[in-house]
Amino acid sequence: MSEPEHTPAIHDIGGIQRFHCTPVEHDEEPPDEFGKRVDALRQTLARKGFMSVDELRRGIESIPEAEYFALTYYERWMRSIALLMLEKGVVKPEDLA
Amino acid sequence: MSAPARTESLAELERLVAALIARGHITEAELATQQASTDRASPENGARMVARAWLNPEWRAMMLNSGTKAAEAIGVNMVGAPPLGVLEDTPGRHHIVVCTLCSCYPRAVLGYPPHWYKSFSYRSRVVREPRAVMAEWGHPLPDNVELRVVDSTADFRWMVLPMRPAGTEGWTEDQLAALITRDVLVGVALPKLPA
Repeated sequence: MSEPEHTPAIHDIGGIQRFHCTPVEHDEEPPDEFGKRVDALRQTLARKGFMSVDELRRGIESIPEAEYFALTYYERWMRSIALLMLEKGVVKPEDLA
Repeated sequence: MSAPARTESLAELERLVAALIARGHITEAELATQQASTDRASPENGARMVARAWLNPEWRAMMLNSGTKAAEAIGVNMVGAPPLGVLEDTPGRHHIVVCTLCSCYPRAVLGYPPHWYKSFSYRSRVVREPRAVMAEWGHPLPDNVELRVVDSTADFRWMVLPMRPAGTEGWTEDQLAALITRDVLVGVALPKLPA
């Protein structure tokens, strides 16, 4: 019997061929204001014990593939932070409606 | 360029922040302080650490033992930051840092990771063809130098201590630090003397 083919999870892209013909764009721009604010929110919530980096990653990695590649980096972070805060009851669904 | 965030994402973020503030979990002032702190961090911190290591063997040994201690010694607040390790380049071995799974990067020391570090192409390619990535950016690595690609993780971050370039004998710490860019600290570039 042959082993089932290994399908890496969405974020597990080290070495995969999908991007091998894509040059690494040498973009040194700092994040925009949206990105900086999401970054600051993440660090503030982590420092106050509301979430960890591992939880952030779990939230990001649970985003369905189509959305994962359509969202920008900090949009994925924000999606994950909102999900975690809802799961933990820190905010309520009606807060974000 | 990374694409700008969509209008609905801006609104979504403000609803989330407003809810967290209204429920008493965070304040606008805390966010501002945090953002200012990350804005202040920059590759100049790493450059200072490396220049000092090139000049001072005791500092070098301390830094290789604990990047966290070296960062603290130049005034970086490492409280709550994951441990920082330092990869020592030698004449026969060079290092490159990547976070294949996401974007783990020593933010407390080097500031925000650049867009390319987080890009799908860097994360996938630098593991498979790191020499090609270096060459595309104008830093071909000689074939007789071994290349190690090291993964930064959520729990442990890395920076590179490159080789001191020839021709810098007698230089001051400031002069040496000016040679060390963010790309050098990640390992995708080698320090170059000004033409």
